[in-house]
Amino acid sequence: MTYICFWKNDYKEEKDMKKMYRVFVLVLALMISMAGCVQKVEESQVSDAQDTSESDVIKIGVFQPLTGANAAGGEMELEGTKLANEMFPEVLGKKIELVIVDNKSDRVEAGNAVARLVERDKVTAVIGSWGSGFSMAAGETLKNAGIPAVAPSATNPLVTLDNDYYFRVCFIDTFQGKVLAQLAFEELGAKKVAIIQEVNNDYSVGLAQFFSNEFKDLTSDDGSIVEVANYNTGDQDFTAQLTNIKAKNPDVIFAPGNFTESALIMKQAKELGIDVPFLGGDTWETPEFIEVGQDAVEGAMLTTFFATEVPLNDLSKEFIEKYREKFNREPSAVAALGFDAYLVIREAIERAGDPNDTAKIKDEIAKTNNFQGATGSITLDENGDAIKDVIIKTVENRNFVYKTTVKHD
Amino acid sequence: MEMLQSFFLSITGMSVESFFQHLSNGISLGSLYALIAIGYTMVYGILRLINFAHGDIFMISIYSVFYGVAVFAIPWPVAVVLSIVITVFLGISIEKTAYRPLRNSSKISILISAIGVSFFLQNLATVVFGGRPKAYPVPEFFSRIYNFSGISITSVTFFIPIMTIFFLFVLLNFINHTKTGMAMRAVSRDYEASRLMAIDVDFIIMLTFGIGSALAAIGGIMWGLKYPQISPFMGVIPGLKCFIAAVIGGIGNIKGAVLGGFMLGIGEILIVAFLPSMTGYRDAFAFVLLILILLVKPQGLLGENVSEKV
Amino acid sequence: MKNRQDMLYRVFFIGLLFLSLFYLQKTMDSYAVRIINLCGIYIILALGLNLINGFTGLFSLGHAGFMAIGAYTSAILTMPENVKVVNFFMKPMNGFLVEANAPFVVALVIAMIVSGLIALLIGIPALRLRDDYLAIATLGFSEIIRVVFTNTYSVTNGALGLKMIPTFTNIWWSWGSAVLVILFMFSFSKSSFGRAVKAIREDEVAAEAMGIDLFKTKLLAFVIGSAFAGLGGALLGNLIGTIDPALFRFTLTFNILLIVVIGGMGSISGSVIAAVIVTVMMEALRFLDESVKIGGYIIEGIPGLRMVVFSLILMIVVIFYSEGLMGKKELSIDSLKEFGKSVKARKIHHRAQQKDVKKNA
Repeated sequence: MTYICFWKNDYKEEKDMKKMYRVFVLVLALMISMAGCVQKVEESQVSDAQDTSESDVIKIGVFQPLTGANAAGGEMELEGTKLANEMFPEVLGKKIELVIVDNKSDRVEAGNAVARLVERDKVTAVIGSWGSGFSMAAGETLKNAGIPAVAPSATNPLVTLDNDYYFRVCFIDTFQGKVLAQLAFEELGAKKVAIIQEVNNDYSVGLAQFFSNEFKDLTSDDGSIVEVANYNTGDQDFTAQLTNIKAKNPDVIFAPGNFTESALIMKQAKELGIDVPFLGGDTWETPEFIEVGQDAVEGAMLTTFFATEVPLNDLSKEFIEKYREKFNREPSAVAALGFDAYLVIREAIERAGDPNDTAKIKDEIAKTNNFQGATGSITLDENGDAIKDVIIKTVENRNFVYKTTVKHD
Repeated sequence: MEMLQSFFLSITGMSVESFFQHLSNGISLGSLYALIAIGYTMVYGILRLINFAHGDIFMISIYSVFYGVAVFAIPWPVAVVLSIVITVFLGISIEKTAYRPLRNSSKISILISAIGVSFFLQNLATVVFGGRPKAYPVPEFFSRIYNFSGISITSVTFFIPIMTIFFLFVLLNFINHTKTGMAMRAVSRDYEASRLMAIDVDFIIMLTFGIGSALAAIGGIMWGLKYPQISPFMGVIPGLKCFIAAVIGGIGNIKGAVLGGFMLGIGEILIVAFLPSMTGYRDAFAFVLLILILLVKPQGLLGENVSEKV
Repeated sequence: MKNRQDMLYRVFFIGLLFLSLFYLQKTMDSYAVRIINLCGIYIILALGLNLINGFTGLFSLGHAGFMAIGAYTSAILTMPENVKVVNFFMKPMNGFLVEANAPFVVALVIAMIVSGLIALLIGIPALRLRDDYLAIATLGFSEIIRVVFTNTYSVTNGALGLKMIPTFTNIWWSWGSAVLVILFMFSFSKSSFGRAVKAIREDEVAAEAMGIDLFKTKLLAFVIGSAFAGLGGALLGNLIGTIDPALFRFTLTFNILLIVVIGGMGSISGSVIAAVIVTVMMEALRFLDESVKIGGYIIEGIPGLRMVVFSLILMIVVIFYSEGLMGKKELSIDSLKEFGKSVKARKIHHRAQQKDVKKNA
C-alpha cells in the first residue's frame, strides 16, 4: 500500500518536472539549432561572398516592393531589370547574378532588405527602389557601406541629395512638376487648377508642391490653385473631396497620386458630373489604371519616362521587342527604367575594370554621360540625377498614347 | 428660394446642391457600412466576440466575384450567388476551426484567435491573388448616371440603400417572427439557459455566422460596384469601421447596427465636406466617435443597460 | 546565505550574457548585429505588452501608438538641428522643436515619460471599459495617434517621416535596457504591486473585495507597460535611422502580441525567449518569400508566405498551446536548482528501482 502511495506522489512530481524538463530542453534545442542555422547560413553566405572575388559571379542586389500597396510598381521595374539581365548577362567575363529582396512597401523592411544585400549577399551594387520613400530609407546604409545604388524611377530630390552613392536614371520631381504646370497653363489653357493629393505619400505631396509653385508663377496669381484636397493611401471614397472641388469650378484637376487611387478618383469625378481634364504624374502608367478607370480616364494626360511609339534608339527598339516577346504586352515606363538602371551599373563596372572596387564603380556611375539606354540618352548631373526629357501621354481608346516630348532645360 | 440658398451658403460655406450631393454620397456609403455592421453585431450578440475576421471575409467575397467573372468567365449573377455560398462556407468553417475550440477559454484567447484568422486571410489572399490591385467587374446596369438638378447619382447609389433596407426587413422578420429567430434571441440573451431549454446552440451559432457572412458577402459585392478596385487588405479599415458602427448603434442590436452604419457613413462624408483640411483625419473620426460613445453611453445608442452581477 | 548565492548566480549570468554579446558584436557582420539589436528591442516591447495583457489581464491593442510616441520623441531630441531643417522641407518645423536637443540617455528617458503621460491620459477614460471594448478603444487610440502624426507636418513631418536619425542604438543600449527591464519585471512580479496585478487578472471582483484599488492598479500597470513601449520605440527609431507613421500600424502590435502569446502570457522568461525566437525566425523565414536554391533547383518563393506562416503559428499556439511556451512559470535560479535537484532525485530513484528489479529477478 505505502509503496503505491509513494509511487503516486513521485509520479505527479515527475510529471511536473517532466513538463519543465521538456520545455527547457525544447528551448535549449531551439536556441542551439537556431544558432547553428544562423551559423550555417552565415558560413554559406560568407563562402559565397568569398567566392565572388575569385568566382565567376558578380552580384547586383535588387530591392523593390513586391508585396504591399506598391507591389505593382516594384514588379514592373523588376521585369525590366530581369530582362536586362537576360539580354546582357555578363561583364568583365563574369556572370551577373541578381539578388532580389522584397521591401514589402515598408520603410523598415527596406532598411533590412538593403542591410541584408550589403552584408549577407555582399553585392557590388544595388538597383532600387520603386518609391522614393523606400529608397531614402536605404540611403544611409548604402552610403555607410560604400555600395552604389541606382534608383530606376524614384523622383523625389531627397533620394540623391547629400548622398554620393545614390543615383537615378529618371528626372526629378522639381522638373516634372514644372512640366506639368506648363502643360496645364499652355496646352490646356487653365487659369484655375484644383489639386487632389495623397497626403501621406511624400512623392505625391512633393510633386503637388512643385506643380503648385510653378503654376502660381505662370499665372502670377497666388489664388490660381483653387483647392488642395487630401486623401490617404488606401482610401476608396473621394466623393466628398470631389464635390468640394466641383463647387470651386477648376479648369483642370491635378492628381499626383498613385494609380490605385487616381483611377477611382476619376471614376467618381465622372459620376459626380465633373467634366474637366485630369493631369497626373509618372505613377499612373499601369494597366490597372485603365482597367479600373475604364471610360472615366479617357482623355487624361500624364507625364512619364518612356513611350514605345518613339523608340529613341536601337537599344530602345530591341528592348520593346524583347519585352513584348517575353511578357506578351507593352512595356511600362518603369520597366524600361529598371532595364536602364541595370545597364548603367553594368557599364560602370566595365569601365571600372574591377568588380570589387565599389568606390571606383560609384565614380564611374557618376561619370555616365550620353549612355544610350532604352529610355534614351542618360547623362547624370552632379547630384546623380539624370537629365532626361519628359514624355507626355494621354489615354485614348483605353490605351496610353504618346502625345509629345518636353525637352529638358 | 434663392434667398434660402444663399443663406445656406453663407452659413455652411457650401451650396444646397453640394450639400445634397454629399448627403447622397453619405447615404450610399452608410448603407454599405450598415450591411457589414449587422454581421458583426449578430456574432457579438451571441458569442460576445469581436470577429476581427469579418472584414476579411468581406474581402474574400469580392475576390470570389472577381475570379468568377474575370477569370472563369461566369455570368455576373451566377458569380454573385457562388460568391455568397463560398463566403458563408468560409464563415462557418472559421467558426468551427478557430472559435469553437476556444469557447470555454478566456475572452482574450478567442480575440487573439480572431486576430490571427484575420491576418491569415489577408496574407493568404496576398499570396494567392497577388498584391496588385485588380479591377472589379461592374455590369453596365450599375454604371448609369442620373442627374437631378445638379446632383449626380449613379444607379449604384440607389441600389445599395434599397438592398440594405430590404435585407434589414427580411432579417428582422426572421428574428422576431420565426422559431429559429427566437432561438437566436434566446442564445444571445442567455447562453446557458438556452442550452437547458434544448436549443441546439451549436447550430444556432453556426446559423448566425452563416447569416452574418452572407450579409458581408452582399455588402462586399455592392462595395465592389461602388469602389471597383480590390486588393487583399481592402477589408481592414472598412471592417474596423463597421465594428465601430455596430458599437455606436448598440452592439447586439441589429437596428442599432444599421443606424450606426448610416451615422458613420454620413458623418465621415460630411466631415470631409465641411472641414476639408481635416481629410487626413477622416479615418480617425470613426475612432473618436467610438471612444466618445464608449465613454458616454457604452451600451450604444439603441442598446440596453447591462450590469455585471457580483 | 541563500540570497547571496542567488545574487552571485544572477550576476554571473548577466556577465556571461554581456560577454557573449560583446563577442558577437566584434565578430558578426552588421546585418546579424542589427538582428541582435532588434531582439533586444522586441524583448522590451514584449515585456511591456506582457505587463498589461499577461500580468494584469487587460487587453490593450494600443502598443504601436506608444511606440510611435517614443520613437518620434527620441528622434526629435537626438537629431541635430541642421538635419531637422533638411528633413522638414515641405513645411518648416515648430521652432521650439528644432532647437530641442538632448543626449541619447536623456532622450530615452523623456521618451518613456512622454509615452507614460499619454498612456495616463488615455488610460483614465479607457480603463473603465471591459475586455473587448478596451481592446477596440486602445486600438482606436493607437490609430488616432498614427493619424495625428501623419497630419501634423510641423511636428512630425507628417507622412514624409524622419530620416537621418542618428543611429545611436547599439548592443549595449538595446540589451542593456532589456536587462534593466527584465530585472524590473522580476522584482515587480514579486512585489506586492505585482501580486495585486495578478490578483486582478485572476478575479477582479475578489481582488476588489480584498481592498485592491482596481482602477489605480490597472492604470499604473498600463502606464508602465506603455512607457516600456515608448522606450522600445525610441530604441527602434535610433536603430533604423528612419521612421514614418506608417511603421506604427496595427501590424506592429500584432507582431508583439504574437511574441507574448507564444512565450506565455504572464511569463517574463517566456517573453524573452519568444522575442528572440520570433525576431530571428522573421528574418530566417525570409526565404519563404524569395527563391531558395536547394541542390541545383530553385524553388520560387511567394511574397507574403512568411506572414501566412506566422499567422498560422499564432492560431495554432492560441488554440492548442494556450499556455504558450512557459505558461505562467518562470525560468529562474530557483527553478534551475529545482530542476537540477529533480534530475539528481530521479537518478537516485531510478538506480533504486534498478536495484529492486535486480533483487526481485
